[in-house]
Amino acid sequence: MKKRSGRSRFVFLCAAPAVILFTIFMIIPTINVFRMSLFRRSAYSTTEEFVKLDNFTRLMSDGNFIRSIQNTILLIVVVTIITFAFALVFAAILTREEIKGQNFFRIIFYIPNILSVVVISAIFSAIYDTNNGTLNSLLSLFSGKTVAVLWKGENMVMTSLIIAMIWQAIGYYMVMYMASMASIPQSLYESAGLDGAGRITQFFQITLPLIWTNIRTTLTFFIISTINMAFLFVKAMTSGGPNGASEVALSYMYKQAYTNSSYGYGMAIGALVFLFSFGLSALVNVVTKREPLEF
Amino acid sequence: MKKILSILLVAALAMSTLAGCSGKKEEAPAPAPEQSEAPAEAPAEAEAPAETEAPAVGATITVAAIETAYGSKMWEDVCAAFTEETGINVELITDKNLEDVIGPSMQAGDYPDVIHLATGREKALTETFIKDQNIVDITDVLSMTVPGESAKVGDKIAGGFTETSLTNPYGDGKTYLAPMFYSPCGLFYNAGLMEEKGWTVPTTWDEMWELGDKAKAEGISLFTYPTTGYFDAFFYALMYSVGGAEFFDKATNYEEGIWDSEEAKTCFDIVAKLASYTEPTTPAQANDQDFTKNQQLVLDNKALFMPNGTWIVGEMAEAPRADGFKWGMTALPAVEAGGDGYSYTWFEQAWIPGGAEHQDEAKQFIAFLYSDKACELFAGAVNADGEPAPAIQPVLGIADTLEGDNQMFYAIYDNGAKAAMGNFAAYDSGVVGVSNREVWFDPVNSLVSGNMTEEQWIDGIKAVNDQMRENLIQ
Repeated sequence: MKKRSGRSRFVFLCAAPAVILFTIFMIIPTINVFRMSLFRRSAYSTTEEFVKLDNFTRLMSDGNFIRSIQNTILLIVVVTIITFAFALVFAAILTREEIKGQNFFRIIFYIPNILSVVVISAIFSAIYDTNNGTLNSLLSLFSGKTVAVLWKGENMVMTSLIIAMIWQAIGYYMVMYMASMASIPQSLYESAGLDGAGRITQFFQITLPLIWTNIRTTLTFFIISTINMAFLFVKAMTSGGPNGASEVALSYMYKQAYTNSSYGYGMAIGALVFLFSFGLSALVNVVTKREPLEF
Repeated sequence: MKKILSILLVAALAMSTLAGCSGKKEEAPAPAPEQSEAPAEAPAEAEAPAETEAPAVGATITVAAIETAYGSKMWEDVCAAFTEETGINVELITDKNLEDVIGPSMQAGDYPDVIHLATGREKALTETFIKDQNIVDITDVLSMTVPGESAKVGDKIAGGFTETSLTNPYGDGKTYLAPMFYSPCGLFYNAGLMEEKGWTVPTTWDEMWELGDKAKAEGISLFTYPTTGYFDAFFYALMYSVGGAEFFDKATNYEEGIWDSEEAKTCFDIVAKLASYTEPTTPAQANDQDFTKNQQLVLDNKALFMPNGTWIVGEMAEAPRADGFKWGMTALPAVEAGGDGYSYTWFEQAWIPGGAEHQDEAKQFIAFLYSDKACELFAGAVNADGEPAPAIQPVLGIADTLEGDNQMFYAIYDNGAKAAMGNFAAYDSGVVGVSNREVWFDPVNSLVSGNMTEEQWIDGIKAVNDQMRENLIQ
């Protein structure tokens, strides 16, 4: 008996630091975000006014907010699908096929992930420059006439963001898929080969099902990281412009909370984004649930 | 033995966590505990508890100043001179992103004693404090004697500067923000190119459009702008030149129906027409990262005019430029021949946040900013590249001491242009989710790219006008 109480005390003491830290730095601030979303205040206000759900009802009729949410969803969908497809295909090629300079490609694809977003935005600023940019110069070269696409103009700015974000993300997910693909036993492919399965059949019948758990995990990563990275890219590349065309949920929240002295309103956006990303991750988790296969 | 050891280890872990938390807690709470603002490296005597009644020799104040095109060295020099004069130590914080540096500690209740910033910045820190009515009334500073001199502060500051809505945001006759570093704003152009082509600088908007057509024939656009943020000075001057001070006051106080008036229509039409003459790549580069590319358009003779301030010369000093390039600056053209051309007087502000601990010393510091010594140090500023970038205090008689380009720029008011001052009136936190910049200035990007019509722009402004008027701080 004595031994057991000593043991539970030990477990309690072991868990205490993590629980305390988690409460102070995660749970309390999160509750605070929800609390502040019910108030009208600025970031440095000494006073605050309780406005019930005013901030939320206002959000529903705020065209700029709706546009920022649309942009966020667009990024989540497009960036996820394209990055996912490219990363899977590249990973399959690099693990399954014997290509010269495999490691070289691995490094090349991974490099964008090491670079800070500010560096990436500087690189893309040079690529997207209308007059002397790499992209327009290349297009001019191949089309034989001067091309002056406004990559950061109102009509193209989201496409430009998508390209930069995909470029940045592919390497990371590719390496994750490669890690799990490498652990699939060679014998499975050999026997499938003997049964007459081609490479594509092997990919869909063996590779994909066997790395399914990994794919599920990365899908959650995609959602969370796209929401977060979009903020960084927008801040560094476009400041949300021109005229709000590239504003995403978090950059709009930041703008309202810190530059438009509407802290409570910003927190309301934060609360919605929190619920949105939580809900979407849960949904993806449920939809992609399969009986795990083992080899 | 093993068990005792593991318990000890866990205890140590738990203790360190708790110790960490308690340390955090000491810093976190509530504004202005004594001593908490004393910087660690300050001399021992600075640790004395603040006496807010009388300025204390040996006290330490914290001054936070934005580092702009003027560089930060001038601030170090001025702070040193202030300490020498008064014996009050200064802890100086300068940074290009000052809001990010002082923001977090202010949220924890730790405020600098003096903040020098400009309104119209993207982070809008000053506007936030104005909105919150969280700024100390410094009307009494105007009747204070400048430290080390016999003159009063109010007598040194040039006329009009302490009567604008920028310094007296609530229109109650009290001054809350001290005017700093003024700069005439206008349209900047390549005077060399104008001479070479034999073009004259337009004095009316009709002449402007004529020149635009001539330039277009030569493959040059009439207009560009760095970012839409630069339109504030432009709009204010435009409102003055269209309807004079009366229209400006009504408009900036969001008077009912003001945007349906004839004057407002003229303003909107001019901007919309100007948008059609704007260099087409401008909106794609009108962000914080690429705005210098738009400024470069003028240096490369790809665009004729851009709205800007005198700091542009220092800012673009290292940039390549067309042969024979020479800076020129003109006021906004008049609406009709014989009318007044206006140049907006842009200035920055120094103010004391409500939570400042050493308010009396802070007031002395602000008074000292207008001393001959400080003005001289500011005027002798050099930027980060070592180029001279004089910061001109709004003090009587200072324009006579200028040289070179600056002499020409600051003489704009002597050459017939009228001075425009003021800004949109402050509203309180009842206005949620919209800002003047968003409805007024940012849409210019869309006007240029054709994604928005003039009507849509005006409708956007009208939609928020009532909300702002109802929440004006009276």
